[in-house]
Amino acid sequence: MDILVNSAMWVWNTFFPYLQVVMLMISVTLCVAFLTYAERKVIGFMQVRQGPNQIGPLGLAQPFADVFKMVFKELHIPAKADKVLFILAPLLCLGPSLAAWSVVPFSAGGSGALSNINAGLLFLLAMTSLSVYGILIAGWASNSKYALLGSLRAAAQIVSYELAMGFALICVLIGSGSLNLTDIVESQRGNAGLFEWFWLPMLPMFVVYCISGVAETNRAPFDMAEGESEIVAGFHVEYSGSAFALFFLAEYANMILLSFLTAIMFLGGWLSPFPVSFGWLGSDSVIWLIVKALGFLFGYLWIRATFPRFRFDQIMRLGWKILIPITLVWIVVTALLFTFGWVERGA
Amino acid sequence: MPKILNKTVQFFKSLLLLELLSGMWLTLKYFFKGASYGYTIRYPDEKTPKSNRFRGIHALRRYPNGEERCIACKLCEAVCPALAITIESEQRSDGTRRTTRYDIDLFKCIFCGFCEESCPVDSIVETDVHEYHFENRGENILTKAKLLAIGDRLETQIADARTLDAEFR
Repeated sequence: MDILVNSAMWVWNTFFPYLQVVMLMISVTLCVAFLTYAERKVIGFMQVRQGPNQIGPLGLAQPFADVFKMVFKELHIPAKADKVLFILAPLLCLGPSLAAWSVVPFSAGGSGALSNINAGLLFLLAMTSLSVYGILIAGWASNSKYALLGSLRAAAQIVSYELAMGFALICVLIGSGSLNLTDIVESQRGNAGLFEWFWLPMLPMFVVYCISGVAETNRAPFDMAEGESEIVAGFHVEYSGSAFALFFLAEYANMILLSFLTAIMFLGGWLSPFPVSFGWLGSDSVIWLIVKALGFLFGYLWIRATFPRFRFDQIMRLGWKILIPITLVWIVVTALLFTFGWVERGA
Repeated sequence: MPKILNKTVQFFKSLLLLELLSGMWLTLKYFFKGASYGYTIRYPDEKTPKSNRFRGIHALRRYPNGEERCIACKLCEAVCPALAITIESEQRSDGTRRTTRYDIDLFKCIFCGFCEESCPVDSIVETDVHEYHFENRGENILTKAKLLAIGDRLETQIADARTLDAEFR
């Protein structure tokens, strides 16, 4: 009997992490599906249109119709493409953006994330930078001028904005004193609710992080890598069917990831915006994290509906000559704020 | 000095993203007005009203006793600016002149309505039907039989539209 229980425990302990991974991936994929629906609906409303409204009630089944369309379409590989790299590229794009989810904490304590590692923030930066290889390889393997130009643009842009983003995160590090994402959230805990979070002492960094986050994910108005009006569709111009769907999935998974990260770094993750004295309103909950992340996702769509696309030199100018100087100054300011104790670190 | 001041003000304005924020405020307002704005017509379910002078697909009419109106005067063929109409005629056994062939090439037709205007007996008319399609080569030619069939099918609508428009003719 003991052996039976032990072996059952062993099976459970061995396979439970896999179960968690599968559940997380399924929920991310579902979120992506409904994010595409939300995007079309939100942008539609902002442009005085109705958005998808034919398939299912209010068009809610539209994402699934799109998925089936994508999957059943032919996966076409151009004759002169490098076949191995061509197939590998979308996977390289999607892999890191799903892997990054493993360190995202959803609630307090060590079990809030799939793996509560101490270098979580470093791991995240590494993973979000890795996805640029997928884009680069896609552009190179397609053996097409447009794809190559698009991937070059994407690489240059991601490398530039990575810097501003990294500097903004250094401020968070100064504030929290830890690379562990759970600790970063906990260091924003305090008696004053939302005024204890890092967005207030690091307000310019918060804005810079949001802007470079949009640029990191290659979303409008920084979607130079796609730039329909100039280079057709950029790096994924030769992709069709399910391979294209993977790029799509990666882009949207990155968006959701970035929104969760912004909520964790600057808006106190699962902490309530109300002080503890508010009773149940003031208690921690994963719902707060989701609400904050949804706010940023709406911001993505909102920005896309509002602003026209940048010119490429304007993007580079914004990244190198405006955002990076601001971050450099504010790193010093944050360091002073925390060194001299003008801003108190939370619990 | 004012120039420098001006530049400084401009610098801070762009640094604080004021213009971008006002743009986002505008789109947010439209977001909440949203679909209730009512500009959208969900076409196959909802349709805009059509004028009774709408010029859609053609039809040949008949008199109430079933006799076809067309007397093969060929005025429509002559007036047609796109040369879309082809008519051949002969004398019938009762001594009247009738068409043996009345073809309208819908690829040539520009829907100007001159044929209808020129017709002395209100035979060739344009109906308000604009939702039609072809699936095979050659179906773009509306023959006499097809035109008469359309006329029979839509006679009520054609007659109503003509009555409504009568006082302006």
